[in-house]
Amino acid sequence: MPPLRDEPRPIFDWLFAVAVLAVAATYVRAIYFTPLEAAQGPAQKILYVHATAAFVGLYLCFGLVAVASLLYLWLKDEKLDRAAAAAAEVGVVFTTVVLCTGPLWGKPIWGAWWTWDARLTLTLFLWFVGVGYIILRGAVEEPQMRARFSAVLGILAALLVPFIHLSVYLFRTLHPMPILLKPSAPSMPGEMQLTFFMAFVAFTLLFAAFLRARYRLAVRADLLAAREEGLL
Amino acid sequence: MPADAVVRARPGLLRAALLIAAKDLAIELRTRSAILSALAFTLLAVVIFFFAWDATAVASIDLAPGVLWVIFTFSGLLALNRSFALEQNDRALDALLASPVDRESIFLGKALGNLVFVCLIQACAIPAVALFYNLPLTGVWPALLALTVAAAVGLVSVGTLFSAMATNTRMAELLLPMLALPFFVPVVMPAAQVTARLLAGRPMDEAWPWLRILLAFDLVFLVACTLAFPYTLED
Amino acid sequence: MGLRSSTLRARAVIVNRMPLAAASPLISAASVTAPSAPMLEAQGVTRVYGRRKALDGVSLSLPAGSCLALFGPNGAGKTTLLRILAGLLRPTRGTVLLAGSPTRGDAAARAQVGLLSHQSMLYDALTVRENIVFTARLYGVRDPLAATDASLERLGMLERAEQPVRALSRGLQQRVSIARAIVHGPRVLLLDEPYTGLDEAGAGALTSLLSELRAQGATLVLVTHNLAEGLALATQAAVMRAGRLVRQDDREAIDGASYAEEYREMVTNAG
Repeated sequence: MPPLRDEPRPIFDWLFAVAVLAVAATYVRAIYFTPLEAAQGPAQKILYVHATAAFVGLYLCFGLVAVASLLYLWLKDEKLDRAAAAAAEVGVVFTTVVLCTGPLWGKPIWGAWWTWDARLTLTLFLWFVGVGYIILRGAVEEPQMRARFSAVLGILAALLVPFIHLSVYLFRTLHPMPILLKPSAPSMPGEMQLTFFMAFVAFTLLFAAFLRARYRLAVRADLLAAREEGLL
Repeated sequence: MPADAVVRARPGLLRAALLIAAKDLAIELRTRSAILSALAFTLLAVVIFFFAWDATAVASIDLAPGVLWVIFTFSGLLALNRSFALEQNDRALDALLASPVDRESIFLGKALGNLVFVCLIQACAIPAVALFYNLPLTGVWPALLALTVAAAVGLVSVGTLFSAMATNTRMAELLLPMLALPFFVPVVMPAAQVTARLLAGRPMDEAWPWLRILLAFDLVFLVACTLAFPYTLED
Repeated sequence: MGLRSSTLRARAVIVNRMPLAAASPLISAASVTAPSAPMLEAQGVTRVYGRRKALDGVSLSLPAGSCLALFGPNGAGKTTLLRILAGLLRPTRGTVLLAGSPTRGDAAARAQVGLLSHQSMLYDALTVRENIVFTARLYGVRDPLAATDASLERLGMLERAEQPVRALSRGLQQRVSIARAIVHGPRVLLLDEPYTGLDEAGAGALTSLLSELRAQGATLVLVTHNLAEGLALATQAAVMRAGRLVRQDDREAIDGASYAEEYREMVTNAG
């Protein structure tokens, strides 16, 4: 195992600053410079946050957890374990945003805060699994055991997604199908598309900044643990 | 010198799994602690659920499937909690790991023991629900039993794996439900939906999409958990 | 090894007809045939936990019929070494060879090893006999019931065979654990503090059992704090400290009193 390097703590996190600026710019554009959607009115603007947070939380973060977990069991590299742990925590943050903004939009549009719609339910269950993942990590002390356990959970969670999706879909579904990612031409005016695109970029930057910060924190935590054991 | 000079007939994957399952059931038969508490829990829950709903507003035939399968998951958790606890007590698990038995075999054996346990409890829960909720079971019960086995395979695959992990943590009894319950969703939902259609006497092709999900879940998670189990052990 | 298997097969018959004490030995003399290759060998075995080295380049070579007494203070890595030799843990680096072939993750190799650990490794709800028969079946012993009775007899536990393990005292449980470790006739027996909790009769029975097994060609590794116990049976002695073998001698070269003196110094200087 390579020795841990104690990197000097960065005084200023440039990536984080850029990400925050990008998110702020997206908000300004979404609120002031993007036309109102005819049917939904101002409520539609929350989708710039909601849909992009869902993209980052569900696809980027939990996708990264699954990939890093699988690779960890193969390569047993502690960097992969840290990456999975960081991605899981960031993922829980973003899915929390999704779960909070969803009802805000749903109340005026669907007439209810919550509906047991397929995507909503899937997000909720992934949030539960994510929280379970964080609690599991907190409950195991031995680092290698913690890494193996959480990797197993990360992989099983990835296998669970299609099953929950299928069962809640079969239960019933109301959710608007994602318009942007459909293979056919997106049915949305160009200005809105551009705002969505900006939001995706901004949130992806924010994701990268969070992930990097959380990863560095994990390195420092490992360093501290090693010091406490008198190994460094 | 061939290894079989010392031991002639090392048990194969299935035989070793059967030995381990039989051992677990023998322990259960001797102590009876888990099976009795699970049964008592099941009966209590059946009764409490009945009073939690207004029986004049909701027909009991609509209530029963949900009650049956919710109880199934929670009594299953009782069984799963103790599954690896009894291996950890005097580190008997080390003896299993040091023996010439594959780790996959150990998992299958533990899962099989849990499967029998969970099915036994459900075999008591179904008549209890039928009795208290006044359900017509004639003609339906063979299908219900088959459904129980199908649901139990999925529940036990995931549950046994998480039980192996949870017993190594600081908060075993709390952690197991937290990890396992989200994974039980694709088991409980199809099971309840199929039961509802069975009780209502609907044609089976209405239940088929749900059964497909359940059977696919069984297959995927039985394989995945068997393969993942060795990674939960120190090595 | 036709001779061996016929001995084992014969045992079941003998057990039924003769007083158990006269039953043929658990390890047949036939296995003491190939003195060329060492029975148990460790080459540069290293085990790392996180950033901590529990074992650091341990090498051993034990011929059949030898007994290694392994001494060392707490945390020296004795138990980790035993667990690696037993196939419970994989070495991070290095290899363990059993009768000349590497054992890494090999079920057939594990079948030839018996392990007695700190914990009883028994199911306390089951009876003594159920515990041992279960083990015998896991190892694929041909006649599990006869082998169980034979090994319980060796430890003087036959008359308690129907008692549940939880009803036994610590010392009697230790005897059951020993019976569990030898029921499949292991060619390598790994013992972690085997005398713990045993009374005088139990300790005497264990010593005569171990020397008999050794004479029949079994290879023993005996981990202990007690120099006298260890040296009584050993053909070799080794001292571990901080994950390393710091000293290794043949038994003949050791003078009990001065060895004890040097050992005390070695351990107290550990820092």
